[in-house]
Amino acid sequence: MSVEILARIQFAFTVAFHYIYPPLSIGLGLLMVLFEGRYLATGKEVFHVLARFWTKIFALTFGIGVATGIVMEFEFGTNWAAYSRFVGDIFGSALAAEGLFAFALESGFLGILLFGWNRVSKRMHFVATVGVWLGSMFSAVWIVVANSWQQTPTGYHLVGEGLKVRAEITDFWAMVFNPSSVDRLMHTWIGAFLAGGFLVVSVHAWYLLKGKHIEISKTALKVALPFVAIVSLAQLATGHSSAEGVAENQPAKLAALEGHYPDTAAADMYIMGWVDNETQEVSGIAIPGGLSFLLDYDFEHPVPGLNAFPEDERPTQVNAVFQFYHLMVAIGMTLIGLSLFAVFMLYRGKLWNHKLLLRALVLSALLPQLANQFGWFAAEMGRQPWVVYGLLKTSEAFSLAVSAQQLKFSLVLFAVLYSILFALFIYLLNKKIVHGPDDKKLLDYRPKQAATSDFYSK
Amino acid sequence: MDYQAIYTQTLFGLDYPTLWFLVIGGVFTGYAILDGFDLGAGALHLFIRNQDHRRIALNAVGPVWDGNEVWLVIGGGALFAGFPNVYASLFSGLYIPFMLFLAMLIFRAVSIEFRSKEKMLWWRKMWDTTYAISSATLALALGAVMGNVLQGIPLNAAGDYVGTGWDFINPYALIVGATTLALFMMHGALYLALKTEGDLNEFVGIWVKRSIIAFILFFLMTSGYTLLFMDHLVVRLKEYPIFLLLPLIALLSIANIPRLTVKGNYTMAFVFSSITVSLLFVLSAVGLYPELLRSTVDSAYSLDVYNSAASEKTLGIMLLMASIGAPLVGLYTFIVYRSFRGTVKLDEHSY
Repeated sequence: MSVEILARIQFAFTVAFHYIYPPLSIGLGLLMVLFEGRYLATGKEVFHVLARFWTKIFALTFGIGVATGIVMEFEFGTNWAAYSRFVGDIFGSALAAEGLFAFALESGFLGILLFGWNRVSKRMHFVATVGVWLGSMFSAVWIVVANSWQQTPTGYHLVGEGLKVRAEITDFWAMVFNPSSVDRLMHTWIGAFLAGGFLVVSVHAWYLLKGKHIEISKTALKVALPFVAIVSLAQLATGHSSAEGVAENQPAKLAALEGHYPDTAAADMYIMGWVDNETQEVSGIAIPGGLSFLLDYDFEHPVPGLNAFPEDERPTQVNAVFQFYHLMVAIGMTLIGLSLFAVFMLYRGKLWNHKLLLRALVLSALLPQLANQFGWFAAEMGRQPWVVYGLLKTSEAFSLAVSAQQLKFSLVLFAVLYSILFALFIYLLNKKIVHGPDDKKLLDYRPKQAATSDFYSK
Repeated sequence: MDYQAIYTQTLFGLDYPTLWFLVIGGVFTGYAILDGFDLGAGALHLFIRNQDHRRIALNAVGPVWDGNEVWLVIGGGALFAGFPNVYASLFSGLYIPFMLFLAMLIFRAVSIEFRSKEKMLWWRKMWDTTYAISSATLALALGAVMGNVLQGIPLNAAGDYVGTGWDFINPYALIVGATTLALFMMHGALYLALKTEGDLNEFVGIWVKRSIIAFILFFLMTSGYTLLFMDHLVVRLKEYPIFLLLPLIALLSIANIPRLTVKGNYTMAFVFSSITVSLLFVLSAVGLYPELLRSTVDSAYSLDVYNSAASEKTLGIMLLMASIGAPLVGLYTFIVYRSFRGTVKLDEHSY
């Protein structure tokens, strides 16, 4: 395999693995803020127990998120040196802003969030929880801005010639608020809320099925279920708005999402299907003219298809882009249906004994994770062959100094390392969930360090 | 092409690329001071034999190691943004060392997180071992990268690395690596001395002394090697004798560490070991400037602050960001260290 393909596989693998964790941190962070905020407002111990329990789970996801995130930051340089030289002026500043404004906030207060329950006042602890959550939100802002600039570059000009050509900022705010960044940020944030929200729903539904921690779990579900219902509906809106943006700014990607080939014709919207890139046919169930209608409220509205673009400027893996996109949409719809139904049953008072629904809720934690992954795959594969849309091709972006041999080594290294990491994550997550929240009141029974240390050595 | 002429704006009489050279140097100095002590404490971990002592030592860095590592993330981002060409050439050139570095970083994070999650002795011993080995390897690797940067690496006209895969292992890189490890161990031992009580504190005191001796020996070796073989690093010292004050101050600062340790004043000893870290960075900066990454193939291919910097506009925007962000970072750091001031207290939330 070529260096380019290996580098792409490694990047896709490491970023997909990384992306299991940050959405959980963002989503769980928000719920922790809600729980702890309710505790401060009402003084009810149950919210304190919930906040502490979910903080422990959060610690696990956060730690792995940081460790695998540093890998991403280094990989731009190690594997995509040509890309880094080309976009450094722009991408680098977003990344530096992320470190300065987001990570510092997150990690600064993390110590207090995790270890400060006995150390600082309730208010200070709440400040720390909010700080960590905001840090994770800001982190998403900068990284999505950087990625969106790659999708829809604005506020730059090209300087230099030949190999030395690079993009430089002309207007910082135009770079930050490029045409796709706000839509994609909303979509990413809400995807993260779904990941965290459904994990909370899933765990507490499981406790109810097991007949454990019942009062706490009922309280948690009364907060989390309406929350996921609202955000899954909101995700429909941000998804639609993102799609309109793609239609306007990345028409070749839009065509790939729906497997639409003709130069210009009304486009269907598929519920599901299979794309044959050779025959340029899609077989499946479609709403005729559906895509046209969504874009212009007119079933006849012509949409440029893949054939309207030169062969070397359109994605090659059309079927994959199509499938990832449609799976994401299908999951989104499922989540809306499931959460609305669960909220309905909650208000009818029938949820607690509805075993089947509770079982479905237990499984639901996996769905937003899958949708987040599929969505990113569709977004990134749909951008191909460009790494910076219309400016720099992926095939011109990798590091010339790195050999295929070296890449195979690092790929194996990451495969082994991440397998271990994932196994440990699942093991410890399961352990913490099985152990459950500490129902007893938080007591300060710190042993004196000197006493402990001398006791054991004597 | 005269790249220097592109950068016309100045602040405090310095042009933006020079300022960024200083900012990035400052961030990496901050990183070395902060992560230096927790890497050093990690490297000493296996010498602590008692399981409870180990737990205390681990929790001494528990609430802060993650925040310390953020300085590396900020440093990486600042290098990417300020000097994209250096970031690209250095990271792709030293590919294997950086990959191993990342692997160790992950192992270390995992070891800290997972060690105390199970009570079995074999489980804890396993993570203790990986924690210590990864901490020591990271210190060594950071030093080795620094050594390679100081010495220069083979770069072609396009800024791409043209050496063989194992060129990064060379005598100078190894000596600087060992010096860094010893420095961090001294720094970490002093930190643990501040954070512990009782028997463990006495035990740590022994390692403070041992690591000071090791550091001074390696430091003298590095200095000798640099004076003998690294002409490009000492040119400025010879040209402007005023800079000779720097190594002198560094020596005084280093000498202060054992003096204060003997008096039992670990707080000031830790302050002086931090000052020593900073002075070593200042010395490196004086030796390197204006170059950032020397090409050992042809000095015309070297990356200096001008031909590798981002545009003046970007550097300006980021100076603004840094002036807003730095006080905030300082504030968070202050709050967290203040909240956990004093010696380690274990409770049910500890690692």
